[in-house]
Amino acid sequence: MSSPGLLMRRPAAARHTAVLAGIDRLGALLTLLGAAGLFLLPFVLFKANRIVPGDSRSVAQVLPLWASLGFEAMLAAVAAVALLIANGPLRLAAALGGIVGLAMALAAAANALTPPHNIIVRVAPGGGFWLLAAALGLLATDAITRMRPGPGVRVLLLGLFLGAAGLALTHGTFDNVSIVREYSLHASAFALAARQQVLLSVGSLGAAVIVALPLGILCHRAPRLKPGLLGALNVIQTVPSIALFGILMAPLGALAAHVPLAAAVGIRGIGAAPAVLALFLYSLLPIVANTVAGLKRVSPATVEAALGMGMTRWQTLTSVELLLALPVILTGIRIVLVQNIGLVTIAALIGGGGFGTFIFQGIGEMATDLVLLGAIPTVVLAFSAAVLLDALIEVLDRARQ
Amino acid sequence: MIVIESLTKHYGPIAAVDGVSMTIERDSITVIVGTSGSGKSTLLRMINRLIEPTSGRVLIDGRDTASESGHRLRRHIGYVIQGYGLFPHRTVAHNIATVPRLLGWDENRIRPRVAQLLEALQLDPAVYSGKYPHQLSGGEQQRVGVARALAAEPAVLLMDEPFGALDPIIREKAQDDLLEIQRKFGTTMVVVTHDIDEAFRLGDRVAVMSAGRVLQYDRPEVLVTHPADPLVARMTGSAERAMRLLSLTTAGEAALPLTPGEAGTGGPAVPASASLRVVLSELLWHGSESATVIDGDGTPRGRLTVAAILARARAR
Amino acid sequence: MRRAATVLRLGALGLLLAFLLVPQRFAPLFAPLAHGGAPAIYDQGNLAMLALAHLTTVLAACLGSTVVAVALGILVTRASGAEFLPLSRALVNFGQTFPPVAVLALAVPLIGFGEKPTLIALFLYGLLPIFENTVVGLRSCPAAVLEAASGMGMSARQRLFSVELPLAMPLILEGIRISLVINIGTATIGSTVAAKGLGEVIIAGLLSNNTAFVLQGGLATGLMAVLLYDGVAALERRLYRNY
Repeated sequence: MSSPGLLMRRPAAARHTAVLAGIDRLGALLTLLGAAGLFLLPFVLFKANRIVPGDSRSVAQVLPLWASLGFEAMLAAVAAVALLIANGPLRLAAALGGIVGLAMALAAAANALTPPHNIIVRVAPGGGFWLLAAALGLLATDAITRMRPGPGVRVLLLGLFLGAAGLALTHGTFDNVSIVREYSLHASAFALAARQQVLLSVGSLGAAVIVALPLGILCHRAPRLKPGLLGALNVIQTVPSIALFGILMAPLGALAAHVPLAAAVGIRGIGAAPAVLALFLYSLLPIVANTVAGLKRVSPATVEAALGMGMTRWQTLTSVELLLALPVILTGIRIVLVQNIGLVTIAALIGGGGFGTFIFQGIGEMATDLVLLGAIPTVVLAFSAAVLLDALIEVLDRARQ
Repeated sequence: MIVIESLTKHYGPIAAVDGVSMTIERDSITVIVGTSGSGKSTLLRMINRLIEPTSGRVLIDGRDTASESGHRLRRHIGYVIQGYGLFPHRTVAHNIATVPRLLGWDENRIRPRVAQLLEALQLDPAVYSGKYPHQLSGGEQQRVGVARALAAEPAVLLMDEPFGALDPIIREKAQDDLLEIQRKFGTTMVVVTHDIDEAFRLGDRVAVMSAGRVLQYDRPEVLVTHPADPLVARMTGSAERAMRLLSLTTAGEAALPLTPGEAGTGGPAVPASASLRVVLSELLWHGSESATVIDGDGTPRGRLTVAAILARARAR
Repeated sequence: MRRAATVLRLGALGLLLAFLLVPQRFAPLFAPLAHGGAPAIYDQGNLAMLALAHLTTVLAACLGSTVVAVALGILVTRASGAEFLPLSRALVNFGQTFPPVAVLALAVPLIGFGEKPTLIALFLYGLLPIFENTVVGLRSCPAAVLEAASGMGMSARQRLFSVELPLAMPLILEGIRISLVINIGTATIGSTVAAKGLGEVIIAGLLSNNTAFVLQGGLATGLMAVLLYDGVAALERRLYRNY
């Protein structure tokens, strides 16, 4: 029953919104956020080297007058769109334009502050830059959300974003920005870390799928096993990751010490082995739980029909039940993959490699740029995985209906 | 008494309720009947201002409902909806005590009132007070919903499809209980339904709504005998259940005694063995108000009027 | 069955307290793991104090995130805040792809080392599940119940506090529980940025290659997380067994 009663508003409130009807309130909030970033916080930080704290510099201090005025005019135009225009694509275009302008201003500021051939000084984005980026990013996100793009469009947008970012980085525009400079110092280690990050998270996921699917099917067929198994897996989930990594070091170390074969295939107390094992254990619960939930969603009538048509139990399971449960199972896999990408960073503490190496090294050296070099790719990787799998799940779910 | 004056509600360009005026008598049951989208629920919700009218006004006992804030107004008007909306986190007693608590009643006054209502609705207070809504059957939930609406002794009770979620057998019982409650507490009730049988069964007066307008508002027998609109005729004509009931009773059983000297004073003569349904159609055919019931040998035995037949139809 | 579970819980709690208060008694258990004359029990600080600091940080952050997340959740589910709902949900989805370590690592350059970045990272990360569950809880209140509440004359505020929030409470509590467990784990990582807590023990073990330390820190935090998770779950069941 739809209830118009829920739409009820007090007359006073109705009058209030009528006055402000022309102004987008989210746009107003984001404009305030951006203005605070532009006028109250430093746009960039200038550092004599990568470790020392930086000096604040505003846009006006760094860029020539015409450039800084142009930059501010551009932001004002974006703000006007955010405040007054409701059209989704137009808002998105304005936000993207703003982001490009912001990036160009950062590159220009870095170039202006860096003496020629000096690779010691660092120009890092400051709080003002980050706040502006956040406001523009939120504007873009809101526009995209309101446009409700389909899975294909979302993947396309992600590809465009990644492509543009990659192009900008390799083109050299941002070479004088501190994080890119940090990257060029660690380029080969970065490639290795990226490979490790992907391998560890996807590898442990693969192993978990192989074990968790049969366990889920088992729980579905023999419901008596379910509470015990899910309870145990739940307990594993509550153990803090760093502790689980550490705890697994002991038995694996002992295994390597006493079983030469184990050592020969690369099992050690530290490194990838405990990391993979811990991630594998963490991955089990979401996949098992979602497999059970997905199979439960398949109606008994459908199974009856399949059996009635002469399919064997095995055929029914693989070509009917699992197929129908696939979107839910994939949702579990999405949770695990995103979670694993995040957890792999912690594995760096026990020598597991990955982007976490940069993060913890950066924390140790108090080098912010190095921390960001580890953190940003991790977030991008996790976000991309989420977008891709969400799109896949939606496509499958639509095909199902 | 509720007076509705040219009440209108626009949603954008669409008029959900379009200039409705009607007067609802004290201590009576008025039923608003119509198809979905006819505006009947909107009209009901404008009486307790869950929906604010675009124009027009409502007076309850002479007082403009717009003269106080909506939520204060609603505390003095009982309200029952389809699905009841019982608070799942509160016991039956706590649910019923909702409005008295909002009104700041003393606990010593609330407790006996809750018990009185539970008893009136045939729910043993000792058994039901502490139960939670999910522990009740549909019929019990419905009765708690009615008890909750009556808790603060409202002069007016609004009901929106109050029996819509009940199965037919329980529904009839619930309808009887409602008539009983009305007699007992003497509340002015306004009931919205899409079911014409229910409307005839409950209503002292029935308003037929379509496309935001009231097509006809009158006593049920008038709706049947003098439909003001083809749609009303179609709706009342579909009151099959009542008709089926009529076909089960013979004219002889239902005949009213003849007043001396009145024999054969008018209307068609009908045999005592004929069903009331036949008698009614005979009367409608002749456009007559009353008929004479005759024995097999032609002697007048009694008299039947349209009103008396419809009264029987409503009393099942 | 239920009695066995209670015994298990009390046993785990007793074990945790005993270990934190008189850790030396457990030295024989851990001795085989400590090689080359290294101490078997963490000796660079008082375990009970570390555990207390750990718990305090987590609870303080969680309290903050609960207040802010519930307030925000209420705001975006009112008619006047509806404009912010799509963006805030997208943000939560995006935020949940953020690894906790990244939140922590990004907080350090902004605020420096110590308790503060940990507290802020825990606070921010803890917002997500609570906000999400608050919004879902408030939005899933049955329409008939809300209509009945208004129809009986509750003001918007009365309806929120005596109907909507109580009905959303089981989901909100679940959000708090998820947030607590994630935060106990993330707080251990906080020790890499010099926050006081049981993470110190684990990090010390990792640095000196002393598995005994790692195991002590790991078991203590693990037990704490399991007990807290279980405790809040029991509270939920006790409060809301009626519906």
